[in-house]
Amino acid sequence: MSTQEREEGRQIRCLIAKVGLDGHDRGAHVISRAFRDAGFEVIYSGLHRAPDEIVQAAVQEDVDVLGISILSGAHNTLIPKIVSGLQEYDAFEDTLILVGGIVPDDDREELLDMGVAAVFGPGTPMADTIEFVRENVHDRE
Amino acid sequence: MSDAASTEPDLVAELLDGKHRALARVITKIENRSPGYRDIVSRLHAHTGTADVIGITGSPGAGKSTLVDKLAKTYRDRGDTVGVIAVDPSSPYTGGAVLGDRIRMASNVGDMDVFFRSMSARGTLGGLSTATADAVKALDAFGKDTVIIETVGAGQNEVDIVKTADTVCVLVQPGSGDDVQMLKAGILEIGDVFVVNKADMDGAERTVAELEEMIHMRENPAAGLHTGHHGPVDDEEMARVAVDEPDAEAWDPEVVQTVATSGEGVDALIDTLGAHAAWLRESGRIDDKARGRYAEEIRQLVRADTAALLEEVIDARGGIDALADEVLTKETDPYSVADELVAPVRDCVDEELR
Repeated sequence: MSTQEREEGRQIRCLIAKVGLDGHDRGAHVISRAFRDAGFEVIYSGLHRAPDEIVQAAVQEDVDVLGISILSGAHNTLIPKIVSGLQEYDAFEDTLILVGGIVPDDDREELLDMGVAAVFGPGTPMADTIEFVRENVHDRE
Repeated sequence: MSDAASTEPDLVAELLDGKHRALARVITKIENRSPGYRDIVSRLHAHTGTADVIGITGSPGAGKSTLVDKLAKTYRDRGDTVGVIAVDPSSPYTGGAVLGDRIRMASNVGDMDVFFRSMSARGTLGGLSTATADAVKALDAFGKDTVIIETVGAGQNEVDIVKTADTVCVLVQPGSGDDVQMLKAGILEIGDVFVVNKADMDGAERTVAELEEMIHMRENPAAGLHTGHHGPVDDEEMARVAVDEPDAEAWDPEVVQTVATSGEGVDALIDTLGAHAAWLRESGRIDDKARGRYAEEIRQLVRADTAALLEEVIDARGGIDALADEVLTKETDPYSVADELVAPVRDCVDEELR
């Protein structure tokens, strides 16, 4: 990407969020770094965020991508709260929601039905995730 | 979001109506220089001018983000709404960035009346993004009482913040250099308020004393020559030997001590920032500042627009590489090429003005 394009073109903005009581953020750091190196602007939420805080950050930062890292198994309670919060601010439709972490197969379908675009489990190659973001980020113009 | 022409007027109306999503989207358009952003900013202009704009700068790790968090919280406690723009560096290689200032905003979670926006510097130097000034306008028009801009961790010469903020607050850490550092030009010249953060650390008192000496010399260049050999000299005598006439109405930069992690000193800092804002209004300097800022902004826009027009001319003549090749083979020289390229513009200007 040339400097010109970077200055005038669309820059993909991502929020990498750690939500709930799970304190493992190595994965979130790795993905933040990889997204940065892919040329994205990454906002990292920090640990132990409540769903409300994630919604506030996603709305104010106007991110294209919301990547939620959950390793605690609490995705079925936390993700719906985030989704409905985004809906409240009209921010759900054009935000690409990704979930990363440990999600049992049975829960995947449910998350996808809820509006999550993809669930990435352990071992997903970084390049696949980046490729997925580039191809699926919502067109906003 | 399909038809730009029909959605953008709504976006401005929604922003003025207090819709957070619209404010966020407007700032994105400003950052991306998206089609229509100029129209948006010009429509916002009439609604600006009510916010106090405060710039916070200082070296990396001085505690800017933590202090901004506490400032925002204290302003909120006083009943003011707050907008924050925090600028972080971007990678010169990929354009990517990790914007980490938001993590420190722990005191304001869940409070939507603190609108916090992270920005990447997107390759610009000077500690600010080119879009920062326009983003400030968006927050101002939205109705924020106070807008705080946090710069990229600045070195000695990142002084762009003076062009955008009404009040510049420079953060200094205890023990950040001897008194020669204080003599250097650059960041220490731009502060309206100096904050010695981490004031509970060793050496804070000395840093405060050095800053005060520096400020005193700034307003009275003879002050530093006072060695004590000639006994105490009163201020009046000092003023007489000063090179410049001291301006009775001038703002005396103040040094404030804070401990951002605990919030100590933040109230006093806000009072000082408020005193500076009041002084700007009472002395009329606020208009001088705004005038200078708009003049610079007009110049920048005119330069950028004419540059874009001339790029078209360059393309029409076969592109910059072809022109450079002609110079390389000594067919022509850079000055002649430039004359030739600018000729159509010059003709129009002649036509228009004479």
